[in-house]
Amino acid sequence: MITKRIFGNDRLTLWFLGILFGVLALVAVLNLATTPDSAFHVPTYAVALMGKYLCYAILALSIDLVWGYVGILSLGHGAFFALGGYAMGMYLMRQIGPRGVYGDPILPDFMVFLNWKELPWYWLGFDNFFFAMFMVALVPALLAFVFGYLAFRSRVTGVYLSIITQAMTYALLLAFFRNDMGFGGNNGLTDFKDLLGFNLQTDGMRVTLFVSSGILLAACYLLCRWITLSRFGKVLIAIRDAESRTRFMGYRVEGYKVAAFTLSGIMAGLAGALYVPQVGIINPGEFAPQNSIEAVVWVAVGGRGTLVGAAIGAIVVNLGKTLFTGWLPDLWLFALGGLFVFVTLLMPKGILGTVPQLLEMARNRRAQNAVAEKAPDAPPSADAPKGAGE
Amino acid sequence: MLIGDISPKPILYVDGVTVTFDGFRALNDLSLVIAPGEMRAIIGPNGAGKTTMMDVITGKTRPDVGTVAFNGDVDLTKMDEAAIAQLGIGRKFQKPTVFESHTVRDNLQLALAGLRKPFAVLFARETAKEKERIDELLVLTKLTEAVDRMAGDLSHGQKQWLEIGMLMAQEPALLLVDEPVAGMTDAETEETAELLVEINKTHSVVVVEHDMTFVKALGVKVTVLHEGSVLAEGPLDQVQANERVIEVYLGR
Repeated sequence: MITKRIFGNDRLTLWFLGILFGVLALVAVLNLATTPDSAFHVPTYAVALMGKYLCYAILALSIDLVWGYVGILSLGHGAFFALGGYAMGMYLMRQIGPRGVYGDPILPDFMVFLNWKELPWYWLGFDNFFFAMFMVALVPALLAFVFGYLAFRSRVTGVYLSIITQAMTYALLLAFFRNDMGFGGNNGLTDFKDLLGFNLQTDGMRVTLFVSSGILLAACYLLCRWITLSRFGKVLIAIRDAESRTRFMGYRVEGYKVAAFTLSGIMAGLAGALYVPQVGIINPGEFAPQNSIEAVVWVAVGGRGTLVGAAIGAIVVNLGKTLFTGWLPDLWLFALGGLFVFVTLLMPKGILGTVPQLLEMARNRRAQNAVAEKAPDAPPSADAPKGAGE
Repeated sequence: MLIGDISPKPILYVDGVTVTFDGFRALNDLSLVIAPGEMRAIIGPNGAGKTTMMDVITGKTRPDVGTVAFNGDVDLTKMDEAAIAQLGIGRKFQKPTVFESHTVRDNLQLALAGLRKPFAVLFARETAKEKERIDELLVLTKLTEAVDRMAGDLSHGQKQWLEIGMLMAQEPALLLVDEPVAGMTDAETEETAELLVEINKTHSVVVVEHDMTFVKALGVKVTVLHEGSVLAEGPLDQVQANERVIEVYLGR
């Protein structure tokens, strides 16, 4: 119902994209065109931080597509995010070339350290940017497709599905911790130097990555919006609300679920790929189950099934996290837990579901008050013509 | 009907179907034949196997043994729900199930026979023909006024009607209707009986119902199920006079 009310007018999309692009432009200008001692200067670390939030917002959007619209509560979306991140990390590692600590022209440092003599086959091709970008989308897509095909065909739903998504990301966490996997084990991939030949540490590159994240967020949002407003999207909502009804209507539900889940996995992968060069590292910690759960909390806080809400939730919660961990580092987890309890109990529809409702209530009350004030002076307008006729 | 009569192929042919759940025989050698254009009422005490029978016909449950054929020769036991639905068997649930966060129009739109494949659906646009058909269905189900309301906001009776409208939109050859008047007022019950009689003019219908006044109002052949098999079959008054039926309904 909320979905309908929000998409009933498109002002929300205009506001969202307007503010997003406004912030992108403003931050870019305030970082590049001002000197560090200027009062308006946005420091580069803040640009990278905001870029990180935008990547989280894309991840939240991808979760909202499957959770908000199809009812698939994935507690393992961090896996797709991390896989996209690893694919990007592999490209960045190959870009280092002979500038590593051990100076090997081909092998990344950790492989030299492990006494490996040649590049494992699955690292081949990652020196090519386009191949790596293809893998950024393909690897999460394949995992999402195979996982989704098996789970949805067997009609695993609800809490059971959530549990196996957790198991999936946990299994990947354990696998990527192993040194023999060839992804840097515990330390992951780091010490990146440049992307497409441009030094990652420059302000220009930081701003470029930040703006790219914003553009990708806008593109993913528009894609999700188009899909959810199409008849395909209506079938997704139908599946969420009454799966067996949809089935008995002749829709092969598993096909729809796999399609949405795969697309969602790709979006999460792309977000991870833009995240890695901005934070400078990707390690198995990204597969940790709590990361995926936290991402679901962002969506719940922002408003499930609203798309814009998911993005807002991710940004608001992470901004809160940054500020809170600065003031009271030990209390952050309590604050996050408290936030989730608060939202679940008092704002089950999240920020985007609740705020318009409150505004409407306030408007109604104001309208009522206005009527009540007028009443003593003049008869209600409906009676006026009768009075005039007498 | 004489043997060797050149009757048309039965729309639904169920023969010797047995379904067991953990040793419990939900259906026990059930046989049933529905002629094209027929309306059949199925009654029976709780646990008689009425819902399991519906599940078997619509592909939700696979029978252990037995034949289920549609239109004479289409074997339903090998198909899934979506395939059976596309074939032309519509099913109405006991509890009204409509898409609560879609409008009445969207509910009917999604139900309309036609596109079912994800990619085709993604690019689908409402055609003039579809719009016309939706308008017809709105009139039939008396929901024209409520077209833009959320299905979740409708009354219980309206939801039942919307669901029937959605079934009609699928243009099924055979309609399975599970307890359509449960929880309805007397007036709604009467109207629903009229609606089903109207629908029966163009569709074969199987109705499962507890409400005897309703079954009487339909005025059709009745099949009594008991412990997973057919206990009696015939016109309602004849069935009601059957001693075994009385025994089953009033207790031993």
